Amino acid sequence: MTGTGKLVRLILRRDRVVLPLWVVLLGLVPAGYVASFEGLFPTAAERVAYAQVSASNAGFVTLYGPLHGSSLGELVAWRAGFLPVLVALCALLTVIRHTRADEEAGRTELIGAAAIGRPAPLAAALITTCAASLLLGAVLTAAMLGQGMPGAGSVAFGAEMALTGCSFAGVGAITAQLTSSARSARSIALVVLGVAFVLRVGGDVSALGDGSLSWLSWLSPLGWVQHLFPYGENDWWPAVLAVLFTIGTAGLAAVLLTRRDFGAGLLPARLGPSSAAAGLRSPFALAWRLHRGLLLGWTIGFALLGLIFGGVGGSVLDIAADNPDLGDIFARLGGSSALVDSYFAGTAGIVGLIAACYAVQATLRLRDEEQSGHAEAVLTTAVSRYTWAGTHLLFSLLGPVVVLAAEGLATGLAYPQGDLGAILAGTLVQLPAVWVLAALAVLAFGLIPRLSAVAWAGPALCLLILLVGQTLQLDQWFLDLSPFTHVPHLPGGDASVTPLVTLTLIAALLTAAGIAGLRRRNLPD
Amino acid sequence: MTEAIDATGLVKRFGPVAALDGLELHVATGEVHGFLGPNGAGKTTTIRILLGLMRHNGGSVSLLGGNPWTEATALHRRLAYVPGDVTLWPTLTGGEVIDLLGRLRGGLDLRRKADLLERFQLDPRKKGRTYSKGNRQKVALIAALSSDVELLILDEPTSGLDPLMEEVFREVVLEEKRRGDRTVLLSSHILAEVEALCDRLTIIRDGRTVETGTLSDMRHLTRTTIQAELAGPPDGLATLTGVHAFQLDHDRVRFDVDTEALEPALQKLVQVGVRSLVSQPPSLEELFLRQYQADR
Repeated sequence: MTGTGKLVRLILRRDRVVLPLWVVLLGLVPAGYVASFEGLFPTAAERVAYAQVSASNAGFVTLYGPLHGSSLGELVAWRAGFLPVLVALCALLTVIRHTRADEEAGRTELIGAAAIGRPAPLAAALITTCAASLLLGAVLTAAMLGQGMPGAGSVAFGAEMALTGCSFAGVGAITAQLTSSARSARSIALVVLGVAFVLRVGGDVSALGDGSLSWLSWLSPLGWVQHLFPYGENDWWPAVLAVLFTIGTAGLAAVLLTRRDFGAGLLPARLGPSSAAAGLRSPFALAWRLHRGLLLGWTIGFALLGLIFGGVGGSVLDIAADNPDLGDIFARLGGSSALVDSYFAGTAGIVGLIAACYAVQATLRLRDEEQSGHAEAVLTTAVSRYTWAGTHLLFSLLGPVVVLAAEGLATGLAYPQGDLGAILAGTLVQLPAVWVLAALAVLAFGLIPRLSAVAWAGPALCLLILLVGQTLQLDQWFLDLSPFTHVPHLPGGDASVTPLVTLTLIAALLTAAGIAGLRRRNLPD
Repeated sequence: MTEAIDATGLVKRFGPVAALDGLELHVATGEVHGFLGPNGAGKTTTIRILLGLMRHNGGSVSLLGGNPWTEATALHRRLAYVPGDVTLWPTLTGGEVIDLLGRLRGGLDLRRKADLLERFQLDPRKKGRTYSKGNRQKVALIAALSSDVELLILDEPTSGLDPLMEEVFREVVLEEKRRGDRTVLLSSHILAEVEALCDRLTIIRDGRTVETGTLSDMRHLTRTTIQAELAGPPDGLATLTGVHAFQLDHDRVRFDVDTEALEPALQKLVQVGVRSLVSQPPSLEELFLRQYQADR
């Protein structure tokens, strides 16, 4: 364990921006829900009505978990039910980043040759990540107390998030020992997180019916922490499970570490074909190989999202029937009198924004290829910069078509009483706005390659506008900055073509400017 | 004879820093040309300009008779490049990368590929991320050497290879040289490699060409080391132009002397009287060290 303290400081130095960002941001999110629930449901009677409908709705239970009570605290804690997944994601990525990713890149070797104990890098990554998770919990507790929420519930709420982080730090630590590549370690850890989520959903949804499979929730670390039921039961014994799980996974990771060679994984690296398939002969074939995994993953994710949104759709009417105020709010958000239409138009906007994240990610693959030196290998063959960039941009421009169509179809299938064509159209009209954000990424890549990551500011700003724009009643010019503001609200709204054409033209111009910049600049830069 | 590479007065600036400052590089068709210089001298920058990856700010450059920036794609069909630090796509196997790069260049010689895989002892079934540095280098070398191209641009191609594999590399390049129609630009730090393979070489430092010519041309530029036992004090020898690192210990002297100052220096020694004399011929190693060390 020699040198663990020094390595902890090294991690804090390297993550001095990212770590505080997720700790503080995720920690503060639930406090924002307090005000919004107070505003939406000012009286206890309204909260009870809302809770009754939500607690029995499969879509909501899928997303947020089980809901037992109707107090303000319970509603807020329940509404934050997806947050553990995000905390888990941050925790496992942080651990893998400072264990297997460093080992693969050769940085651990450099450190390992110094006076550093063999388990020190693993210990340092776990200690830092668990400490960050606990801090996140503390931030959350403090913020809830600041909103005047009860003490015991706020502590339990904080503990829910902190323990999730610790549990999945342990999961990340184990998967980091299994394979020699950080990428595979991340994939396996994400599958574990996905399975934990599905088990939790399976158990919780079963509990709505006959409850025969409700024990499934107890197989999932995500299920345990939600059974703390902050502000309600404040039940602490599931927390014991999470603590034991953290200790167990960390211990197992340490044992696995001693059973393997440096740089190697426990799972053998698989061999592939000794020569390329006949089809692997063009820049497009290469781009397909590099993008297909990303596209497949996003398509599956979007289809699942569609099923959830479609499934929730049915209960929108129920909620509104019981609560006229909420009905007003949906109508205001959608700008249409038909409540279900405005619900689907609203979800289409969210889905479009998520699709823009995929488009930006796919575009920035160009920068990854440039920085890793792969672009150099391709561009010194008879492949022009246009062709090289074009083959990747096919995925950032047409990939969103695929994922949005998957989401629209899944939504329509999960809500059979709706008009599939109208729902699909509502999703696909988001494309021009998605393209504008993708085109901004192309522009950044072409003109300011070293700052390509600023392309993420586009989706971030649009998210901000989506989240707070309507609520805070900001000026129209600010709302207009988001291309999604200009997309027609479908189904239900005016199917105006002008904004779609304008957005597409803007996207085309930005892309052309980015490509022109790429043609003129040094590569790699 | 036409020149495969013809760079005159090449200038490349990165902001205020001039990476290349009037560099000259002339490589005749069919020769193996060594390209040497200390780290940071501008070798890789020059190669990237030749490959059309970067644009130069001044001077002129032509590659295989064309403009490397505007005609990059057409010229790249006729050349193959091995970078100094090869990175492979993590999910593609070595064999897939060799085939893909060959096909993107316009075809590769499958028999040559099989032969090279055998000689370099590379397992082409492994995924890119599992190869060691030396094996990644082999993947790029096999991809380049099994392509039927006029020009090979090799940027420190043997870094990471073990001595046995370096020997294989030398044999393969000599085979290419015997064919007579292939030009090779070889950037290298390994003197034995340069000595064994190159017809001519260019040494650069701080973005400028400091020497260019054949190896025997260069030997004339080096210093001979003289050790002698003398009958009396060697007055005036230490201050003679062309004499360096002069040391006197009682009746023994030791100094380095430029080729052009050899005769006056020896005359001085003879005037004093020589009891014994050891002369060490100029070595290539010394030449490089002297050229690499700026302003000493």
